[in-house]
Amino acid sequence: MSAVEGIEAQVAEVTAQLPRSRGPFRPRRRPALWRVSIMVIVAGLYLIILLSSIKFSLISASGKYDLSNYSAIFNSADVRASALLSLEIAGIVAAASVLLMLPTVVLVRLKLPRLTIWMEALTILPIVVPPIVIVAGLDQMRETAPLWLVTLLFNHTITALAPFYLIFSLPLMYRSIDTGVRAIDLHTLVDASRNLGAGWWTTIYRVILPNVQTAVLGGMFLTIALCLGEVVLADLLNLPTNTFPVEMIQFANQDNAPGVSVAMTLLSFLFTFLLLFVLTFLARRRGHRTSGVIS
Amino acid sequence: MSPDLTVAIRGVSVQFHGVERHYRDSTALAGLDLAIEPGEFVALLGPSGCGKTTALRLLGGFDRPDAGTISVDGADVTTVPAHRRDMGMVFQAYSLFPNLTVADNVTFGLRIRRLAKAERVRRAQELLALVGLEGHGGRYPFELSGGQQQRVAIARALAIEPKVLLLDEPLSALDARVRTQLRGEIRSLQQRLGITTLFVTHDQSEALSMADRIGVLNAGRIEQFDTPENVYRHPATPFVAEFVGAMNRIRGRVGDRGEVLLLGQRVPYQAATGQHPAPGTLVDAMLRPEALEAVLDVAGPGEIVERTFLGSALRLRVALEPDTAVIVETSSSSDRLGVGARVGLRVLADRVTVTAPSAPSADSVASVAIPSAA
Repeated sequence: MSAVEGIEAQVAEVTAQLPRSRGPFRPRRRPALWRVSIMVIVAGLYLIILLSSIKFSLISASGKYDLSNYSAIFNSADVRASALLSLEIAGIVAAASVLLMLPTVVLVRLKLPRLTIWMEALTILPIVVPPIVIVAGLDQMRETAPLWLVTLLFNHTITALAPFYLIFSLPLMYRSIDTGVRAIDLHTLVDASRNLGAGWWTTIYRVILPNVQTAVLGGMFLTIALCLGEVVLADLLNLPTNTFPVEMIQFANQDNAPGVSVAMTLLSFLFTFLLLFVLTFLARRRGHRTSGVIS
Repeated sequence: MSPDLTVAIRGVSVQFHGVERHYRDSTALAGLDLAIEPGEFVALLGPSGCGKTTALRLLGGFDRPDAGTISVDGADVTTVPAHRRDMGMVFQAYSLFPNLTVADNVTFGLRIRRLAKAERVRRAQELLALVGLEGHGGRYPFELSGGQQQRVAIARALAIEPKVLLLDEPLSALDARVRTQLRGEIRSLQQRLGITTLFVTHDQSEALSMADRIGVLNAGRIEQFDTPENVYRHPATPFVAEFVGAMNRIRGRVGDRGEVLLLGQRVPYQAATGQHPAPGTLVDAMLRPEALEAVLDVAGPGEIVERTFLGSALRLRVALEPDTAVIVETSSSSDRLGVGARVGLRVLADRVTVTAPSAPSADSVASVAIPSAA
């Protein structure tokens, strides 16, 4: 699967969770046996891994079943700090990504449609270039860049990672927002808003953003998931503090605490699942308000 | 106007002076000159691509002309951006903000203008009542029919007390019954408020029934700017004649006493160009189907080849010679005016507009132009 297909599959997966307007009535058909079989096999695979992980995370160092691995996580100041740090980075990156990409997509769609293909190409670059290459480039930069810039960027984990995570998030955010913007009558809504006296920022904030909210939330979800899972940059840059995934690796590498690492993975999974659940709930609420015109 | 109506709108004049708008491979407006009086309802009528929507968008500030100026109430607004023009626009597509309730849509422009909430609520109630949607303020756009949505769009456009009301084919997405109903409502609202209105449409019946004056546009220029009656009865150019309603072109010869010899009758004429042709010149007389009468006559020059029942009228296609036919509309419902009947034709109009013959051939005595929109 190419990088583009991979992103599109991710975006499609998230947007598939979103409500759609009801089309014409179609009689319900029984799904084909082969489809059901594939579904069962895939679901079984996921469930086996998930249940095995849960079981493993519940085994303590003494070999008994209890919640000690989980309590170790909540009792560890390092883990709490790394989780908060990762959330902080994810929040900053998600917000910055929306602030950057929403006006850009609107501008390209309204005024510069010929640039669409260039935008597609540009925003795919962070996926095409492997993170390890970026790490190598950053190491080089650390040695040659002016000291003030190196200090500014790399003295704090947030400033070191957020700009690069922002770049990594561009393909996800661009495609999510672009999908949302294409689904609304952008030209008419913008003209109507401007005609009523709204400037560009008011139009983006009060008219466009609420109407592409689902797509923006989808992009934010993918961005947050990316920030919570990215490990190459966070680990290899030797930053002052650990992010959550780096902390997980360190726990896994400790002989006496593999169960804690798996418990952390499951908590991370649960957090992402809850995020998707909230997103779907918000999207459903919005979907009810924008589901067409009574003829 | 209802006694408690507090929306403060005053009619202003609008002028287009030599406005041009060119795109990469086409010209939308080629020197548009148009003067709209305060409180006037003007319709811009023309085929697709004639420049009518471009003119409206230029007045709304959504686009800038390549040449010429646009003035509103005497002030040059050519370079004023859309959000500072105080124009109320109703769009062809449903343009309500889907995330806002009807009341919030109506008060959107007032929020931008930082009006107090109590005043916004009062204005929304007043305007929704004005468009017959009192009690609908809490609904969302998707809960309304297309006609109701356009009513809300009108209320929203009026809420900001605009200088000019711009209507960009607001009825074209609606079904025929609602369209006819809204047509009357918009016109009556415009008259009550006295707001200067520019209405863009390709539907001649809408333009004829609603406007004080109609500007017929063709290839970026005004072909005729006149009252609906004059545009219909005395088209200034062959294009106007053929675009607005069905039009017969019947070959005649100019007489020596200010009349044209037509279907064996002498009929007073006016020249489309303003220059009277010399006596004896062949011309085409432009006659509406209802300006002709078909009279049963076994020795008549015509034969009915098609008969269409229109409800209130009967439309006949009468062949005069091979390959030539005219359209006649009559209120008669006589069954004797059937296909195959021989008829004579009589000109009912007291004056006809003549133009140069459309083709040099003397064999062709009549042709008919019926626009598809007719």
